[in-house]
This record gives sequence, structure tokens and C-alpha cells, in this order.
Amino acid sequence: MSDDTRSEIALRVNDETFRLAVDNRRTLLDALREDLNLTGAKKGCDHGQCGACTVLVDGQRVVSCLTLAVAADGAAVTTIEGLADDGELRPIQEAFIRLDGFQCGFCTPGQICSAVGMLAEHAAGWPSAVTRDDSPQRAQELTEEEVRERMSGNLCRCSAYPSIVRAILEASAREAVAG
Amino acid sequence: MNPDGITAAVGESRPRVEGRLKVTGSAHYVADLPMPNLAHGWMVTATVSHGRIRDIDATDALAMPGVLGVLDHRNARRLNPDVAHHFGPDRSLPMLQHEVIEYAGRPIALVVAETPEQARAAAAALRVTYDAEPHDIEFSMNHPAVRPASTLFGPEADTGDLEAELAASAVVVDEVYHTPEESHSALEPHVATAWWEDGHLHALDSNQGPFGISQVMASLFLIDPERVHIRAEHVGGGFGAKTVCGAQIILAAMAAEHFQRPVRVALTRRQVFLATGSRPPTEQRVRIGADADGRLRAVHHHAAFALSPLAEYIEWCTEQARTLYAAPAIRTELSAVPLNLLPPCSMRGPGAAPGSFAFESAVDEVAERLQIDPLQLRLLNQPVVSPVSGRPFSTRRLVQCFQEGARRFGWAQRDHRPRVRREGNLLVGTGVAAVAFIAGVFPSAATITAEADGTFSVRVGATDIGTGARTALIAVAADALGVGTERIHLHIGDSDIGPAAGAGGSRGTTSCAFAIIETAKALREKLVDPARPVTASVDTTPLINWQPDEERYTYSAVFAEVTVDPATGEVRVRRLLGMFAVGRVINPLLARSQLIGGMIGGLSMALHEESVRDPITGRLVTADFAGYHISAHADVPNVEADFVVDYEPQDPSGFNGLGEIGNAGTAAAIANAVWHATGTRHRTLPISLGRVIEPAAAHDHPGAVSVA
Ligand code: FES
Ligand code: FES
Repeated sequence: MSDDTRSEIALRVNDETFRLAVDNRRTLLDALREDLNLTGAKKGCDHGQCGACTVLVDGQRVVSCLTLAVAADGAAVTTIEGLADDGELRPIQEAFIRLDGFQCGFCTPGQICSAVGMLAEHAAGWPSAVTRDDSPQRAQELTEEEVRERMSGNLCRCSAYPSIVRAILEASAREAVAG
Repeated sequence: MNPDGITAAVGESRPRVEGRLKVTGSAHYVADLPMPNLAHGWMVTATVSHGRIRDIDATDALAMPGVLGVLDHRNARRLNPDVAHHFGPDRSLPMLQHEVIEYAGRPIALVVAETPEQARAAAAALRVTYDAEPHDIEFSMNHPAVRPASTLFGPEADTGDLEAELAASAVVVDEVYHTPEESHSALEPHVATAWWEDGHLHALDSNQGPFGISQVMASLFLIDPERVHIRAEHVGGGFGAKTVCGAQIILAAMAAEHFQRPVRVALTRRQVFLATGSRPPTEQRVRIGADADGRLRAVHHHAAFALSPLAEYIEWCTEQARTLYAAPAIRTELSAVPLNLLPPCSMRGPGAAPGSFAFESAVDEVAERLQIDPLQLRLLNQPVVSPVSGRPFSTRRLVQCFQEGARRFGWAQRDHRPRVRREGNLLVGTGVAAVAFIAGVFPSAATITAEADGTFSVRVGATDIGTGARTALIAVAADALGVGTERIHLHIGDSDIGPAAGAGGSRGTTSCAFAIIETAKALREKLVDPARPVTASVDTTPLINWQPDEERYTYSAVFAEVTVDPATGEVRVRRLLGMFAVGRVINPLLARSQLIGGMIGGLSMALHEESVRDPITGRLVTADFAGYHISAHADVPNVEADFVVDYEPQDPSGFNGLGEIGNAGTAAAIANAVWHATGTRHRTLPISLGRVIEPAAAHDHPGAVSVA
């Protein structure tokens, strides 16, 4: 393959910097999975319809299957592998286990990364389609309805939805208490 | 407490043993496992529904960077044309053998390259031409090609004088119901990595039963079954679609042999829709006659489904009619219509899910015409013994499911007239449906070794596709051996372990639990000798009673509350409650998850799912998650599932399977609730917006405003 079909990029993934020569067609998802062997993010559809590939890029949730690796050059990426702090699970991970927020587990990395990004969006005051009062000063309560609406990009065919919602709400309440 | 002073593990809610792996991204599914020297295969599928391949011109593709070659019917190795699968000979399995195309989506070539991008680009550069022939995808139970379905599951029912009982009935419901082609849509697309070593085939494959798949692969490749080794440790859902030997493993094995290196074939989501099996469309006529007091006199259920001429298949829709309610005359008929469609395969609650939608809707229609409580009608007609065979039931706790469900749901407050509850613009309704799902075990083998360090290695060929089998079987083994679960090392998901029921037919865990318990018994007899390690193996084949005196089923009663906006046609499920009688429950936390997941699958079937084919080309037009909607977070309310106390006498531990029953009754409960809300009976699934929307003049809702 000629050189103009590949690019040198730098990705900061889970606090480690990697320099890669990637096929320009390579998605961020494939770069993570095939080049960096970070296989936590899953390929459920490869076209932005299921959320299984969700990771955080500069703190915001993205579907990595619709992000070209070259477009993430220089960005800080957090994957499911980077969420636990030195092996200590985050409350949301612990809540998924305890409340059984999964069955086959294939959507789980995407659900959890998406939830982390979603909670940050909510904390920053971003409204959703079901937010009734979206005036900026108003602290919005995170209801079940809000979580369901904001998490609807993450499909779960095993349909662990009720316990996923419960795990997210519980983890968010715990983190709020912990400050 | 068991002899070691340890609390029994069975019956306790315990989180999944692999939970930590799943929340940290370290549970490795097939596509996550690296392989040195791996080549990538990209499947190419037929774009015509019927015809012949005229030519596959690979000139451009072969010249592209990284391309190793193209396999098609002209250069692929020969496979066994007489290979058989679940329902008999299966001509869909020998792939790339000839130029004939019987359905759109049929795999016709595999492009193999160094990287997936190269393989994909080269696949797009293949020039395939066809001689198309007229196709037939128009399913109807009156199709000229209709024929009786296979009777592999036993004869259909015919007791009593049906026509005389119908004639003597005060009311007769005679209606036709339709369910569409549906797709399993497990979130993990089918994927396999295969390689050959010294004449042995090795594969990592996302499937629901590696032992069964290894037997089919051996037959297909005409090699000794001992030379086929298939593993499936973590599988991202299956719902039946991975019970069959899939294109991914067949093509990967062919390519690995041809190119003499490991090959991975990962299907795209689109290919999963096009090429991996579906629930067939059904058309079902149900006739029920009843006395004025609601007592049933006659039940007639005739169901037809579509299949492919390539392989036999059974969508056993007629099971509910023969067992759910007593009636002096019961007749069931099952027909099959061969068409140019993707060969169907079992999808969660096969037969029972579409069958229950038709049958339990019809039962509701009897109550509607008699203007009586549909729950009372169901309670009134409970059989004491099987209404067709006359055999007793091993356990039948359906009445308890109805009663406890009704209590929790608040059924007593229901006004049984339709279209009487309104909340603003919304119509509100509730509905109920019941299901009986056949239960039993399949032969399985287990091996247990008492190790020198006091632990036990338990090997059984189970698969955990999200069922919780791994966690459940550890609990079963711990109790059977009288030790704590931390002393059990369970090995599953490997065909080398030996014969085992796959995760299917609601029998995987029950079958493997039976094998573990029998093996533990045999091992405990040997443990009097202090020497370690000691091993015992048991195959349950000779222990299974195939002709039990009693009929064995699990039961559920599902209650649903819906709101309907007649102006938009939007149906939303507000409450869903399932009460289940599924034997003794091994792990209530995980069992509840599985049942709730099944109920949501039923919700999805009721309201969303429909595979649509273009009549001109016969091709699937809904081959992605935008076209084929499955329930998402926002569609799903709080769903509750619980158990009535139950114990299965035919199982030494009282267990029964519960993988499918959650799905089966839910669509009917929702359809019945939609009738209650709107007064309109929906006899075609899904109950989607376009079918429910009412013209402005008809919905007379108070909040209607005219928009300029
Ligand atoms: S794999 Fe990216 S959204 Fe489905
Ligand atoms: S846990 Fe299987 S898809 Fe969500």
C-alpha cells in the first residue's frame, strides 16, 4: 500500500500515549481493538446504531465505529479498560455487577462508558428530549425517564434495561453523596 | 446447610461470577482473541432471491493490496451434501458448492486478505453477475405450495368432535392472526476464527453449543469428530441464532484450509440480518367455541409458517392450544410453506411466542364477545390432566401465577369494557396472557476431578450466552459436592469436554446441572479412597426417561398496562408483570434478569420488530438497527418478574429451564391490553404506529387541536 493511504497519529489512551501508523480507513474502534489490543469496546453494528463501541474522547461519549482513527489524532481516549482506578472498580461498575445490569455482557462496556459520559452531560446542565424545564440555572433531577432517554443510543438485546437504569441511578446518587 | 457447614448455594441470589470481567472489558469474546498470522475473510452474499451465478469476476479484487484470494463455488473444497442438522438434512450448510441461489443473502464468496479493510475493499470490487429467475417470497397459509409441517415433535392433536362442539357453542371466535419475519439480533455479530493443525480443525466460534456444532462441522468436512475442536467461552447473546452451524465458522474453516493459515470471518450487522436465520412469518387461524358461561367446547388452531426448501424446520405454534385450557374437542394443524427466504431457525420462544400471540388473543376475544373477565375465563377452563393426551402434569402452578399476578397488578379493579379509561389524550388498557412452555432435559456429560488441593475441577460442555449458566452450574456443583462455591473450578464452552446440551430449548442449564449432580454422586462414592486426584464422569443419556408418565411444562401469566395515543398511534407499555412457575430457581437474581429480558423481547415483538422484504427483489430492506427496531431504553418501563413456589418432580433437584418463557406470553398480553385501551383488536404484529393511528374524526379526544 502506498504511503498516502496511511497516517502517523498519536493517541492518548487511558493515560498512555501511543504512536501508530494507521490505514486512513481505520476507525478508532478498530485502532483500539486491532492495533492496541484494547478489545473492551465492542463492534455491534459498525455504523453508529447500537452504542456497543462507545468510548470517551476528551471526556465526551462517542461511537468509536463512526470516528476515524486519524480524526482522533492527539485526543485523550478513555475506554472501559481505563475506568477502574488501579484495579478498584468505579461505583457504576460495582453497581452493574451487584444489580445484574447485563446478561451476555456484550453491550456492557458501551453502556458503562456511555453512562459515565451521560452523567457528565447531565451534571453540566445539558437537557434531553424529555427535560421539562431546561432553563440553564435549574438543576435537573436525574429521573428514570431522563436516564432511559439519554441512554437510548445503547441497545441491549438481552434487555437488561431496567437493571442498567437502576445501576446508573444508584451509582450517580452514590457519587453525589461522595461529592 | 450442607455437610461442610456451608449454606446451600442453590436458591441464593448471587452476582455473575464473570461480572468483573464484563464490567472491565476483560471478558474476551471470539473477535477479541488475537491470533498470530491471522488473515481476514469478508463474506459476499447473493443479491438475487432466486437464480444462478453467471460469473464472479475477481480480476480487480485479486490485484488489490493485501488480498490473498477469493473462494467461491469454483475453487472451494467440496463439502458433504448430505449433512444433517437439528431437523434433518440441511442443504443450506454446504456453502460455495454450486452456482444455484435460493435466497437473497446466501453466501457466495469469501474474500481473504491481510486486514479487514483490504478484504472489505476487495469484496466491493468483485463483479458478480447472475441469471435471475422468478422468486417467490409471498407467504400465505393458502399458498399453493403449502404442505404439512414435519412431525418430528410428534403428531398434532385431534380429540373430540370439533365441528359438533363448534355448532353447539354459544359463541365462536374464528379469526386469523399474522406475525412477521423477525431477526434474533444478538448484539455480538456472528464471528469465528479457524485454523488447522495436523488434520485437526480448531475454531473459536460464537455459538450456543460447541459440541453440537463440532459434530455438524465434522460431518460437513467429512472428518472424524475427534478432530474438531470448537470453543465458545463468552458469547454475546444468541436467542437461537447461534444454535445453528453458522456461515462464519464454515467459511473460516474452508478458508483456513485453503490459505493454510488462521482465518477470521466476522459478519457485519447487515450480514447477520441477511444470512444467519430468522423467525419465519406465520399465519394462524384460531377457532374457539364456548358456552355462554365461558366454558370452552372447541379449540382449533391451524398455524402455517414459511421455510426454505433447503432445510426442514418447525415453528411449533400450536402447542398452547393442546395444553393451556380444557375443551372436549381440540384440533391442531401445522403447515409449512417453502419460499425463497433465508432458512429460519429457532428464535427465543420458538413456536410458543407467535403461537401464544394468536391463541391467547383468540381466548381474549372469547371473553370480549361474552363480556366477561378474561382472567376469569382462563381460570374457568383450567385442565386437571392434559386435555389431549389425558396424562397428568408433573407440576402445574399456572393458577397460582394468575392469582398472585392479579393481586400484585390490581386486576380486581379492572373495568372489563374496552376504551373506558382515559388520561388526557391517552387511552389506557390492561391485558393478560398465559403460556405453557415445554420443559425437559437433553443428554449431557460431565467430568469432575477432586484435586489434591481440595478444589474440584468441573467440566461440562455448557455455554453461557448471557443465561448465567456459568454462575448457576457452579452453585449446583458446590451443593452437589457439599462444598463452598470457591472450591469449584468450572470449565465450559469447549467441544472437547464432551456431549452437552447447548444453550437452547430452555434446557441448557437444567441438562448440564443434571449431569453435574449425577457425576458428583459418582465421585463421592470414589472419595472414600484418600488418594487424589480422583475423577468421575457420567453421561446422562441412559438416565433420561424419554417417555415419562407426566407432561412437563413451565408456566407464566403476564400482565401488561399500555397507553395508546390514538392521534399518533403510539403504544407505550407502562407496566409489565410476569409471574412464573419454572421449578426450583437456582439463582433468583439471574433468573429474574433472564425472564425480564425475555419479557422485553416480547414487548419488542409486540410493538417494534418486523423484517420487511422488497417484493420486487425479495431482498430484506430492514437489514440494520435503523430499519429493524428492537426495544431501546426509552421503550422499556419497569418490568417485574417473580416466581411462584414450584418444584419439578421429574428433575432430581426440582429444576426447570426458563430461557424462553419470559418472551413467549408477553406479546399477547400487550395486544390484549391494546384492545382494552382502544376497543380495536390487533391481529397482526407488530402493533406499530401506522396500524394503531385513528383518523381525527374517530378518536374524539378532548385535547385535539387543529393545526393550521
Ligand atoms: S458498533 Fe458503533 S454504534 Fe454499533
Ligand atoms: S447484556 Fe447482552 S446485549 Fe446487553
